Amino acid sequence: MSTLAPAPEAEKRHGPNRNYLNAGYTVRSWLLSTDHKRVAILYLVAVTLFFFVGGAAAVLFRIHLLTPGGLLVQPETYNKLFTAHGLVMVFFFLIPSIPAVLGNFLVPLMIGAKDMAFPRLNLASWYIFMAGGTLMIFATVFGGVDTGWTFYTPYSSMFSNSNVMLAALGVFVAGFSSILTGLNFVVTIHKMRAPGLTWFRLPLFIWAIYATGIIMLLGTPVLTMALALVGIERILRIGIFDPALGGDPLLFQHLFWFYSHPAVYIMVLPSMGVVTEIVACFCRKRIFGYGFIAVSSLAIASVGFLVWGHHMFVSGQSMYGGMVFSFLSFLVAIPSAIKVFNWTATLHRGSVSLRTPMLYALGFIGLFTMGGCTGLMLAAMGVDIHVTGTYFVVAHFHYIMVGGAVMGYLGGIHFWWPKMTGRLYSERWSVLSAILIFIGFNLTFFPQFVLGYLGMPRRYYAYPEQFQVLNVLSSAGASILGGGYLLPFSYLLWSLKYGPRAGRNPWPATGLEWKTQSPPETENFVVTPVVDEEAYAYHLLKESELGTA
Amino acid sequence: MKEFQIFPEQSSAHAAQVDALFFFILAVSAFFSILIAGTLVYFSIKYRRKSPGEFAVITDSPVWVEVVWTLIPLALAMVMFAWGSRLYFSAYRPPSDAMDIQVIGKQWMWQMQHPQGRREINELHVPLGRSIRLVMISQDVIHDFYIPTFRIKQDVLPGRYTYEWFQSSRLGEFHLFCAQYCGTQHAMMTGRVIVMEPAQYDAWLSGSGSEETMAQSGERLYRQFGCNACHGVKAPTLAGLFGSRVQFASGDSGIADESYLREHILTPSVRTVAGYPSIMPTYKGQMTEDQLAQIVAYIKSLRSYKTDREQKP
Repeated sequence: MSTLAPAPEAEKRHGPNRNYLNAGYTVRSWLLSTDHKRVAILYLVAVTLFFFVGGAAAVLFRIHLLTPGGLLVQPETYNKLFTAHGLVMVFFFLIPSIPAVLGNFLVPLMIGAKDMAFPRLNLASWYIFMAGGTLMIFATVFGGVDTGWTFYTPYSSMFSNSNVMLAALGVFVAGFSSILTGLNFVVTIHKMRAPGLTWFRLPLFIWAIYATGIIMLLGTPVLTMALALVGIERILRIGIFDPALGGDPLLFQHLFWFYSHPAVYIMVLPSMGVVTEIVACFCRKRIFGYGFIAVSSLAIASVGFLVWGHHMFVSGQSMYGGMVFSFLSFLVAIPSAIKVFNWTATLHRGSVSLRTPMLYALGFIGLFTMGGCTGLMLAAMGVDIHVTGTYFVVAHFHYIMVGGAVMGYLGGIHFWWPKMTGRLYSERWSVLSAILIFIGFNLTFFPQFVLGYLGMPRRYYAYPEQFQVLNVLSSAGASILGGGYLLPFSYLLWSLKYGPRAGRNPWPATGLEWKTQSPPETENFVVTPVVDEEAYAYHLLKESELGTA
Repeated sequence: MKEFQIFPEQSSAHAAQVDALFFFILAVSAFFSILIAGTLVYFSIKYRRKSPGEFAVITDSPVWVEVVWTLIPLALAMVMFAWGSRLYFSAYRPPSDAMDIQVIGKQWMWQMQHPQGRREINELHVPLGRSIRLVMISQDVIHDFYIPTFRIKQDVLPGRYTYEWFQSSRLGEFHLFCAQYCGTQHAMMTGRVIVMEPAQYDAWLSGSGSEETMAQSGERLYRQFGCNACHGVKAPTLAGLFGSRVQFASGDSGIADESYLREHILTPSVRTVAGYPSIMPTYKGQMTEDQLAQIVAYIKSLRSYKTDREQKP
């Protein structure tokens, strides 16, 4: 794909093992590093921690829901558990996962830059994120919050007696981290591309991260303001949302979803980017419809800003407003469908290898398709009236956010793990975990579609007996899913010490990140690469490079 | 209402229409999902890598393929959009002969009042086949009145009325759920909808002893709060007001619906009627939602006296 200084020369100069991981071993060398790769690892550790915190909450309430009356906890506690699960998973795992971990690690490497445009701001983002996360954990552990992750007013502003302000402050603070990360991506991708790396030579992961960065920049401030207004009403009793004080309760929902709908695209767009890279690599083929996939990311990012009202079809908003939102929601489904068709077509006449990252990518395509199709049912207003606010919605957004975003994240981690750590993991264990996660996921969430259409509302700590069978199925699935998630945690850690060395390009894949050593050295590239080819030039790989796969 | 099911029963004609659209989208979804999954599996096997050094066949990606798989889903999506919108409008547009039942939501119970005056808590008795419009308001946070077997749902807001309607097509008892998270006992804010034979319903209505109708209660309150001292004298008469277009002092105009009447009782200075000084005192904090609903019901009952004379200031 590019002309590079021959690597052995670099190795002669610096010794064979000099890389970003052994550039320093002190705690200080990690906590004060502005190296985008080290910042990515800091994020990786943090979001993994938050993932297991959010997951623990889910384990507890899935156990609780085994019996109609509720098995484990008091109603207050149940409400705090699902709130903690939502808040931690959305704001402290899903939103930062792919952008802040994989994006931070890969964007400079993929575009042939030495670092992000603002390395110190990048590290600052992590500290701000951790400050927000600490507030959130503190709010959850000491008292808890019971508003749901949606903070609907006037319940959150005037009625809830829980730690609303502390939790909202946590999200408020973390929002700044998101804004700065988005800014960093946009500027880096605009200004720091290697010579010859034109927009339409970029890997599609970069297009996805670029679109994501724009959403982070434009959307997050609105959520930040909405939460500030909740605080103003709650503390100063100035009427903004509560009609008793002269406010409008729907105003909050408009502001909240103006961010929180596009936030779904913050989770899923980067995941689509990851899947695109993986599919191309394991079909050893240029991606089908490169331009259409690239532009569809931007289309999703822009139209995605205009569909927030589809969360409010039964809220009492204008019926004609609802029609516009419904129309645009159907429209935004089209670019996603285009991506799915293009990925599928890429397999045609490819050289398909079902290694672990590819299994995750195929899992993503299947689950995301189901999430998208059930999205059509929710976008159709007549059907939405029946299923909104029920487990149908819960199942739908988990197919998108877990079946989609988390599968993409895990696929990406497995794909770039050799690059990030220089080690290979056990293929046998990783295939097993991918299969377990796929089965566990479907068993957890498919019954929830049925439950939702039957009419079981979400956020119920107890439910009528007729819903028990499906709830038990869902909880059983959750235990398989939980086990599936613990496996990668174990064998990836194991690989750090015992895994075989990966080499520069183990799959092998195109892309600048694979031209540098694994793990990369601190400066990424000894000599700035010059790009003279399109992305995914798999037909130009050398026979010698293919030997390992 | 008790036994295990995989699909909910339909207890209104609307429910059958919702399910028809649901099954249409399900069929389209299943077709495309199976097509994609099947293609992925087929290609994965057919084009599996046979040797580590294998290259893929270079194929081009023609634009017409992209156009085809953009336009076909788009066309299907537009059918779903139009069908869904039509259902949405029919779900929220009650026929004009619908009977109004008042619903007040509060943490954590539903309180209903029938026009004939009978009240009930967490239960809603309705006559079979009659169109029922629910006039709903919350006393505190946002709730949602959801009856799955009718496939209808509507948020119940504090501060203004929202509406939903249904026409039952079968006798029986059906679940009623609050579908908008409203605090600690959200899961207990449930109840039953009981669809009865009209004759039974009439008997049930009179079963609670002699009560005033909602409009009669409203008339009593109307005198008690001294409304009659001004309205019809130096303030606009209320006869024929409901449902008419009102010209406001600000130059705007609007339909005098339930929400307008309620708002005007609580904050009379906001949308004052053109031609009258803004002298009405606020009744904020003096009337309960219950009482407000009854006064509104009384004002609604006056619409039958509507004549030309009363349209004049």
